[in-house]
Amino acid sequence: MSTNAQKKGFGAVLWDYLTTVDHKKIAILYLIAGGIFFILGGLEAMIIRIQLAIPDNNFVSAGFYNEVLTMHGTTMIFLAAMPLLFAFMNAVVPLQIGARDVAFPFLNSLGFWLFFFGGVFLNLSWFLGGAPDAGWTSYASLSLASEGHGIDFYSLGLQISGFGTLIAGINFLVTIINMRAPGMTYMRMPLFTWTTFVASALILFAFPALTVGIFFLTFDRLFGSNFFDPTMGGNTVIWEHLFWIFGHPEVYILILPAFGIFSDIISTFSRKRLFGYSSMVFATVLIGFLGFMVWAHHMFTTGLGPIANAIFAVATMAIAVPTGIKIFNWLFTMWGGSIKFTTPMLYAVAFVPSFVMGGVTGVMLAAAPADYQYHDSYFVVAHFHYVIIGGVVLSLLAATHFYWPKMFGTMLNEFLGKITFWLFLIGFHLTFFIQHFLGLMGMPRRIFTFLPNQGLEIGNLVSSIGAFFMAVATIILLINIVITSVKNVKVGNDPWGDGRTLEWAIASPPPYYNFKQLPLVRGLDPYWIEKMEGKKEMTPAEPLGDIHMPNGSFIPFMISLGLFIAAFGAMYRLDYGWGLPVLIIGLVITFGSMFVRSIKDDHGYHIHKEELMDDDDNKGVKA
Amino acid sequence: MHAEEKMTHETWPASPEKATLEAKNKFLGFWFFLGGETVLFASLFATYLALKDKVPTADHVLAKDLFEMPLVFLMTMILLTSSLTSVYAMYHMKNFNFKKMQLWLGITVLLGLSFLGLEIYEFNHYVHEFHHTFSSSAFGSAFYTLVGFHGAHVAFGLCWIVSLMIRNAKRGLSLYNAPKFYTASLYWHYIDVVWVFIFTVVYLMGMVG
Amino acid sequence: MANQQSTSGNPRVDLEYRRKKNVEEMRYQVITFALMIFLTLIAFAAVGFGDVSNWFTIPFILLLAVVQVIFQLYYFMHMSHKGHEAPQLFLYSGALVGFLTVLAFMTIIWW
Repeated sequence: MSTNAQKKGFGAVLWDYLTTVDHKKIAILYLIAGGIFFILGGLEAMIIRIQLAIPDNNFVSAGFYNEVLTMHGTTMIFLAAMPLLFAFMNAVVPLQIGARDVAFPFLNSLGFWLFFFGGVFLNLSWFLGGAPDAGWTSYASLSLASEGHGIDFYSLGLQISGFGTLIAGINFLVTIINMRAPGMTYMRMPLFTWTTFVASALILFAFPALTVGIFFLTFDRLFGSNFFDPTMGGNTVIWEHLFWIFGHPEVYILILPAFGIFSDIISTFSRKRLFGYSSMVFATVLIGFLGFMVWAHHMFTTGLGPIANAIFAVATMAIAVPTGIKIFNWLFTMWGGSIKFTTPMLYAVAFVPSFVMGGVTGVMLAAAPADYQYHDSYFVVAHFHYVIIGGVVLSLLAATHFYWPKMFGTMLNEFLGKITFWLFLIGFHLTFFIQHFLGLMGMPRRIFTFLPNQGLEIGNLVSSIGAFFMAVATIILLINIVITSVKNVKVGNDPWGDGRTLEWAIASPPPYYNFKQLPLVRGLDPYWIEKMEGKKEMTPAEPLGDIHMPNGSFIPFMISLGLFIAAFGAMYRLDYGWGLPVLIIGLVITFGSMFVRSIKDDHGYHIHKEELMDDDDNKGVKA
Repeated sequence: MHAEEKMTHETWPASPEKATLEAKNKFLGFWFFLGGETVLFASLFATYLALKDKVPTADHVLAKDLFEMPLVFLMTMILLTSSLTSVYAMYHMKNFNFKKMQLWLGITVLLGLSFLGLEIYEFNHYVHEFHHTFSSSAFGSAFYTLVGFHGAHVAFGLCWIVSLMIRNAKRGLSLYNAPKFYTASLYWHYIDVVWVFIFTVVYLMGMVG
Repeated sequence: MANQQSTSGNPRVDLEYRRKKNVEEMRYQVITFALMIFLTLIAFAAVGFGDVSNWFTIPFILLLAVVQVIFQLYYFMHMSHKGHEAPQLFLYSGALVGFLTVLAFMTIIWW
C-alpha cells in the first residue's frame, strides 16, 4: 500500500481502491474495514466490562447497556470476524490454488461494498436515535416491542451486508472449483482453501434463512405484517427457528476457516506435512454437514418437547467427533516436528487447549436437561467466547502476523508480536475462565448490573481486569503495524523460510496478475516439494502468454450506495413524507447501476507478453 | 476462444454457454445461487405452512374459502408453457439461430406478462372481495410474502430477459452473451419449479383444507 | 474447445451431427412438457373431482409435484447432461436444508 502512496496522489489511490476488482486490494479493504469494526466492537466490550467491574455500578444506564451489548455481539460476528476472515480468504485462497484472480472479480468488489455500507448503516444508529437493543439474536417478541428505530437499523443493515456475504460465498465456491491451477486436485488443496470452500457452502445455505427472517422482521415492524404477532395469528418461535437455522451454521462459517488457518500455520512451523490430511478434509466436510442439523440446541428451553430436544442434543454431541479428529491431527502434526515458535505458531499452540475448553463446555451445554441450568447464564457467555475468541480471534491474530508479509511485503515485528500474544492470551483466559463459575453461581447473561454480597464481586472484577489486558494487546498490535509500515523493510517470496503452499512461491506482495505463468502442482504442499528438490520456484505449466485481466469498476460502490439510501427511505417512510421518495431513489440508483452494468460490455484487457517480460525487474509495484 | 470473436455456424461451439472460462464461472455460480434460492423459498414455504389459516378472529377468511381452481389452473398452464418456449429459445441459441431465439424469448415474455397480470388480478380480488390483506392476519402476511416473492422473481426475470433481448437485438449471438441468455433461461425454469410447489402446496392443498 | 469442435475434421459433417442431436433433444423436451402437463392435470383433477380422503390426496399431489420438478430440472434445465455434478450436489444440499426447515416448521414450532 505504502508503495502506491509514494507513487500516486491520495485521490488517485482512493479512486483506485473504490473501483478495484483485484482480490488482493479487496482483501486489504476487508482488513481495514473489518479491523475498524473490530476495534469498535472491542470498545463496546470495554464499556460492558467497566460497567460490570463493580456491583451497583452506574457507568452506563440500563438502556444504553442493552444497546452496547447488542451492538457488541452484532458488530463482532457480522462486521468484524466474518470480514476479517474474508480478508485472508481473498488475500490467500486464489494464490493457494494458483489462480490469477477470483471467479467473479466484479462481484467480489460488490460483496465488499455491500458489507461495508450495511455495517456503516448499522453503526449510524448510534447517532440517529439509538442503537438496536434486543440482543444480537433480536428475538421477535422483544424486538417488535423495541421503540425507536434501533431494530430497523439492525434488520436493514444486516440485510444489506448479508447480501454481500452471500455473494462472497458463491464467488469463493466457483473460484475454488473452476480456477485451480493444473495439477491442483481437490485432495491437494491446502486446508485453508478446503475450509474456505466448506464455509462458503455453509454461507450459501445458511444466509437465505437469515434473509427471510430479516424480511419478516422488517415487514412486521415497518410494513404492517403479522408474522410474529400472536394476537394476529403469528408465531414468535418462527423467528427463533429462522435465526438459528442461519445462526448455527454461522458459527461454523467462522470457525472452519480458523481451523484452516491453524492447519496451515502448524504444518508450516512444525516443518512437517499435515498429519492425517484426508481425515482433516473429511472432518471439515462432516462438520459442515452436521452444522445444519443442530440449530435447535439454542432453543432447548423454548419448549420444543423432549423428542426434539433429544434429537438435537445427540446431533450436537456428534459434532465433537470430527472436531476431536482435528485436534488430534494438529497434535500429531506437531509431534516429532522441528517446531519454530514464531508468533503465528504461538497462537496456534495456544489455540488447541483454549478451543478444547470451549468444545468441552459445548458438549456440556448440548446435554439438554443440564442446559436448563446453564441457559442464559454467564456459563454460556464463557462458552461461546472460548470458541470464538479462543478459536476465531486467535486465528485472525495469527493470520495477521502470518500473512502480513504476503499482503504488504513487510514483516510485523516478532518481539512486539509475541508481547501481543502473551498479553492477549492471559487477558482472554482471565476474562472468560472465571465467567464459567459466575454462570454456575447464577449470574444471568445480559444484565446491566449486579448486587453486592452475592459472591459475584471478585469474579466480575477479575474478568474486567482481563479485558484490559486484551485491550492493551490490541493497542500493541496497532503500534506494531504502524512501526512496521513506517520502516517498510521489504521481504522476499518466502519470508518465513518454511512456506509450503503456492502463495509463498511468488513475490510479496504478488504482482497484480499473481502468476506470470500458472504453476504446475505436483502434490500436496507444492512449493515445499519443489524446494525439497532444490528448486527455487515452481515449474510453469504453460508458456508465457498474454494475460486477460478484468477492468476496475465504480458500479459495485453505486449499487451498494443505492441500497444504503433506500434503507433510510424504508425506515423513515412512516415518520416523514420524504421517506418513500428516498426509498424509490435508492432503489433506482441500485437497479439503474445494475442495468448499466448489464448493458455495458466489459471485456477486460490483456497484459501483453512483452510487458510481462519487462516486469521481471520491478515486481509487484505496478498497481 | 475469445468472447468478443465474431462467430459463424461452423465456429459456434456445441455448448456456447460454457465455452469460455467466464461462461463456465457464470454457469456454475448461477447454479449455486439457485441452490441458495432453494433454501430461501423453503423458508418461505415453511413459514406459510406454519401460519396457514392462522387468523385473529373466527370471521376471517381461510384458505379453503379463498382459492378458485380455474384461475390457478390457467396461471399454471401459462407458466408451464413459458418454460417450454424458453427451452425452444435455448434450442435455437445452440443452433446459432438468433432471430428464432429472440422470437421464442418474446413469446416467453408475453406468457410471463400474462401470468403476472393474472396474479395482480388475483391479489386485487382477494383484497377487495375477501378483505384478505398483507396486514389482516398472519395467514395473509405469509401468503402474500410467499406468492409475492415468486411474483417478484417473475417480474425480475421479465426485466432481465427483455433487457438482454433489446441490448443484443442488433449484435446477434456471441460467446459473450450466450451464457447470459442461458442463465436467464435457467432462472426462468427455476421460477417454474417454485411455482409447481406453490400451486401444489398453497392452492391445491389449500382447497383440500 | 478445439477437441469439441471438429471430431470428424470436416466442420460440415460435425455441424449436421450436432443439429441432429439438438433436434433429438428437443423432441425429448416436448415429451417432457407433455408429461408435465399431464401430471398437472392429474393433480388438479385429484383435488377438483376427488371425493378421495385427504390422507391420500395430499401425499399424492406432493409426489406429482416432485416428479414434475425432477423433469423440469433434468430435461428443461439440462441437469441430465454431463458437467452438472457440482450443480447437482449444491441443489440437493439446498433441497435437504430446505426440507429440514419445512419439517421443523411443521413439527416443532409450538402449536
